[in-house]
Amino acid sequence: MPLLEVENLRTSFHTRGGVVKAVNDVSFSLEAGETLGIVGESGSGKSVTCYSIMGLIPMPPGKIEGGTARFNGIDLLKCSVRELNRIRGKRISMIFQDPMTSLNPYLRISEQIMEPLLIHEKLTRAQALKRAIIALEEVGIQDADRRVHFYPHEFSGGMRQRVMIAMALIGHPEILIADEPTTALDVTVQAQILDLIRKRQRDLGTAVIFITHDLGVVAAFCDRVNVMYAGRIAESAKTTDIFAEPLHPYNAALQRSIPALQSKDAELFTIAGLPPDLARLPKGCSFAPRCNRAAPECSVRETKLQEMKPGHATSCTRIQLGEIASLKSSVCKS
Amino acid sequence: MTADAPEITSVAIPPSLDEAQKGTSLWKDAWRRLRRNKLAIIGLINFVLITLFCLIGPYFVPYQSGEQARSLQSCRPMEPIYARIQERKGKIVRTDFIPESKILDENAFITVSKEQRDAGLAQLKRGEPLKAGRYTYQISARKHLLGTDALGRDLLVRMMHGGRISIGVGLAATAVSILIGVVYGAVSGYLGGNLDIVMMRIVDILYTIPFTIFVILLMVFLPPSIFLLFMAIGAVEWLTMARIVRGEISALKHREFVEAAVSLGLGRLHIIFRHLIPNVLGSVIVYSTLTVPQVMLLEAVLSFLGLGVQPPMSSWGVLIDDGAKTIETTPWLLLFPAAIFSLTLFSLNFLGDGLRDALDPKSSKD
Repeated sequence: MPLLEVENLRTSFHTRGGVVKAVNDVSFSLEAGETLGIVGESGSGKSVTCYSIMGLIPMPPGKIEGGTARFNGIDLLKCSVRELNRIRGKRISMIFQDPMTSLNPYLRISEQIMEPLLIHEKLTRAQALKRAIIALEEVGIQDADRRVHFYPHEFSGGMRQRVMIAMALIGHPEILIADEPTTALDVTVQAQILDLIRKRQRDLGTAVIFITHDLGVVAAFCDRVNVMYAGRIAESAKTTDIFAEPLHPYNAALQRSIPALQSKDAELFTIAGLPPDLARLPKGCSFAPRCNRAAPECSVRETKLQEMKPGHATSCTRIQLGEIASLKSSVCKS
Repeated sequence: MTADAPEITSVAIPPSLDEAQKGTSLWKDAWRRLRRNKLAIIGLINFVLITLFCLIGPYFVPYQSGEQARSLQSCRPMEPIYARIQERKGKIVRTDFIPESKILDENAFITVSKEQRDAGLAQLKRGEPLKAGRYTYQISARKHLLGTDALGRDLLVRMMHGGRISIGVGLAATAVSILIGVVYGAVSGYLGGNLDIVMMRIVDILYTIPFTIFVILLMVFLPPSIFLLFMAIGAVEWLTMARIVRGEISALKHREFVEAAVSLGLGRLHIIFRHLIPNVLGSVIVYSTLTVPQVMLLEAVLSFLGLGVQPPMSSWGVLIDDGAKTIETTPWLLLFPAAIFSLTLFSLNFLGDGLRDALDPKSSKD
């Protein structure tokens, strides 16, 4: 039985410009200890998916329209805040994109890092402080017993992200949701942070949901990948399959867009057009207007994620119908 | 200390950290910036001195606040005062005090020739007693530094006692307004939604009630007391505070550190009081230093209208009111209370401005 099972999650935002369907019928599952990547461009709904699970969607304007997210038999989408608070920070925790803003500037690191322990484990302050210092040492902060009393502004960005990781993992959660944890950091620090997350994951056996738009990170880091587009999962497969055998034109195009894999002389490949307005989604496949393999039926038929091979699902209608056999060639062409 | 957590005994915690190691907080930075603002520091020192003057001053003045001297009405500041001693059979039966301005009205001087009068005055001024009929006149050690009012009460000591009330009302009503305003604003701002709308419309409605009419109504239906004054002022002053805090909190609540706090499973109240309110304390402090003078002004206005502090208690507002009534004959009764009041307001305003600059995180970090 999977650790976390999300089914038919639909989250939308009711704005003046209409109902923005940020997450539209998303289902996936997460096994204990595995790393699941969620990739997609900005606005594809990858963060909103995780925010919905964590109960972080501001309501209003946000609304979870339907679906379930079962964790240990508890539906995180429907349980009370009190129940959710017993899980958040203790059994499921999260690290955020920008370490510069995700720590409270007015509180010492010690206060913030001790909070989950004081709340969830009812430790005394002295015990919690000891654990906080150990947690900081475990994420590679030197002089932790002294630095634990610093304020966030006295740390660099990479150090703050380490603090965030220490804070998220201090209660030894079963799931860690990492929402683009390296996007705001510079490249050298990115690698350190990724290594750190992987090391801590191995030590603690935590399952990780890794949200990113960086396919390189996905390749190095994740066991399985969900590629999201316009609030839906376009393709879901093991990492090796995602790269070796893309089954959705969007995934294939994404991989062609990686600058490092393109020849230096040629013009950089980009996906033409813009992601659709989530308040006015086109009929049929939402990627169809930008898709180089689109057929007339793509803008008519509703898409549905369907497993083509064991563990490899796509929402591309034409592949499901067998009209396209493989997208491999289009990746390697350039 | 370590016995109950055996798995982590290997890490030693240093017994104490000295200040330098603890890192500089935003508050320390703010204090450093404030110290560089001369005007604000002068304001701070000035306010402290005025407060001390009102608190401990009365112990150094030999008069009581309500003490009246019938014969010493409306003395000028520092006016020499003469004692008129009435003796019967070698015993002093009565001592009255006559200010210099009234001494020539005394029988002893009215009934004699001009030369005798001048000689007598000169004798008194030298400190020698002057006998006239059954009275002995003598220069007195009594001095009223700032003069006396129409009832012969010492202005200096009344100003000190009045200051206690004025500053006390200012601080207490501000404290009340902070307490209500911050909690109300923070709850409204953080919880948001319909609750926020309802709570803020209540504030809007309360804003529309004209303050003086509100106070007059209170005074009509309830016996006037200083407690009522606190209530009336507190009931009005928290509105702005609530708006300020609500605005800041609703901007802060979408910041990532609040999301992080939510994702750690912290309760709503915990987030409001532990994470959000410390973040708005800067503006709260700044606004408070501007509220104190506002409240003092309100109290003065009410007292000026006869709705505030009731006699025999005094406040600066009462004193200014009294002084204004007799501005032609005894201008010092207006001048001194108005001066100390203005000085206090200026000090607090400068301090408030300085604090606003010092606590602004956008100001340079040097």
